[in-house]
Amino acid sequence: MARHGRIAAGAALLLAAAAAFVLPDWIISLATIAFANGLVVLGLIVLWRAGLVSFGQALYYCIGAYAVALVGRATGVTDAFLLMLIGGAAAGLVAFVVGFLLARYREIFFAMLSLALSMILYGVLVKAESLGSTDGFSVASPTFFGYAPHQEKLLMALYWLVLAVCAIAAFLIDAYFRSVSGALAMPVRDNEIRVEFLGMSVSRLIHTKLVISGLLAGMGGALAAFAIGHVDPNMSYWTTSGEFVFITILSGAGSVVSAFVGSLAFESLRSFAFAMLPQLWQMLLGSVLLLTILFLPQGLGSLVTRLRWRRKAAAP
Amino acid sequence: MNAPILSVRDLGKRFGAMTAARDITLSVPAQQTVGVIGSNGAGKTTFINMITGHLRPTNGTIHFEQRDITGLPSRRITGMGISRSFQVAQIFPSLTVFENMCAAAAVCRAPKNLLGHLYTPLRSKESVAEAETLLELFEIARYRDTLAANLPQGIRKLLDIGMAVAGSPRLLLLDEPTSGISIEEKFGLMQVVMSALRNRKITVLFVEHDMEIVERFAERVLAFYDGTVIADGTPSETLGDERIQTLISGPRLKGAAGAARHV
Repeated sequence: MARHGRIAAGAALLLAAAAAFVLPDWIISLATIAFANGLVVLGLIVLWRAGLVSFGQALYYCIGAYAVALVGRATGVTDAFLLMLIGGAAAGLVAFVVGFLLARYREIFFAMLSLALSMILYGVLVKAESLGSTDGFSVASPTFFGYAPHQEKLLMALYWLVLAVCAIAAFLIDAYFRSVSGALAMPVRDNEIRVEFLGMSVSRLIHTKLVISGLLAGMGGALAAFAIGHVDPNMSYWTTSGEFVFITILSGAGSVVSAFVGSLAFESLRSFAFAMLPQLWQMLLGSVLLLTILFLPQGLGSLVTRLRWRRKAAAP
Repeated sequence: MNAPILSVRDLGKRFGAMTAARDITLSVPAQQTVGVIGSNGAGKTTFINMITGHLRPTNGTIHFEQRDITGLPSRRITGMGISRSFQVAQIFPSLTVFENMCAAAAVCRAPKNLLGHLYTPLRSKESVAEAETLLELFEIARYRDTLAANLPQGIRKLLDIGMAVAGSPRLLLLDEPTSGISIEEKFGLMQVVMSALRNRKITVLFVEHDMEIVERFAERVLAFYDGTVIADGTPSETLGDERIQTLISGPRLKGAAGAARHV
């Protein structure tokens, strides 16, 4: 990201944080879930840049969420930050293990295999009666380094935590995209043979991306579990994964910020569509996806890039 | 003469009943430019692939700078200082020429571990400088911001070889550097490549079908026939030998009969 890109992102972050004081609760709650999902989308972008589409990101999302709920229930730990790290680590670990298998596949095989893995978890959770089966179970209210807020205060505290985590994740992933490991995404998509002959293991590069995306999805799931206050097997269902892919198309893989912009746009759109057309809201979402693919194939993020191009073209 | 950079002893490769290479014994002193000739199926590419670790030899040994590299995986061998270019240029089409070169330079310069790959930026000062130097050296700097997908064939080849050189190899294997290039362009391309490689003091083995190119650029010629080296000498000795001439350029019929038997 260029310097003024970073300044703009920082300003947007402060604005978003300050907005908690003026905006109604329902918007804060919507934004909290949107930004938590944005972490999952950020992970998908990491894979997307290397030409990989995961239709099973719900696996890590669900593991993150269940890890938070289960650890909270079993140990009584309520610290949001700690539980989130546990959720992320659990999902990252699973991504590391299944990565040995997934890193060998590309294209549709990669997409379907990741989907299959998430559906296995779904099947297990549906059968697990001690975990509430299809109903799932609720998550205890989190605390923040000893601070235990209630109602609106809790909503705001959680919102700020999510914002802070997103900001840190965006910053780190932006740095990752410029590192040797991250910046080789496009070369990997273009020509694996050449990357191998430069002395780099393609499968190790992809494995790294899988772990990063798993960690992000796990943290996203953990934060979503707090925001929703409940976990259920649907978090691992394939439509959940599909939704994340939808948001990734809407966002575009151009920059780290687009993941959060796209996710917020999607959640707003869904709420709006649901309120306006209770019977036909899916049709509205589908139309937006169609229009995005037709007119903004690089996603919402490309609007900024286009603007910059136009300015550059006008400058001389 | 300096110690050999590459020495190969009794090297052979069989695929089932077929012998692709056999009894290859030779050594190459540092900074020599060696042309490799032979008809299709004579074992040239098998030979190259065994050195780069792409194929595991059935028997024999390969030493590079006095170290045994026989059967090591290709990534290890690349890291030790042997690089190769391809008959069909292997580049990153959706990146610009500069980005291609920069990626190559960065990968080869980054510390060889995961953490190093995570904290080293791709566009570090060193990798950018090395990329710019190589673009100049291979005379493709004016294509710097062109997408590699839009490059003419000759420039693709130069970029491919340039990327192979980015890792500062001591030995470079060029697999048909002039294939797919028009006759008018061939000499110019080889001139650029060879002077760049001499500038970097790189030992070169190049597979080539065009005898004029071999005569002009090779200091030494290895003639392959039926999986082994049948002649090894200066270009005038090897190319002047009538027996070799007929075996290299005239065995089409024999080769065709052999191929038919395998079908």
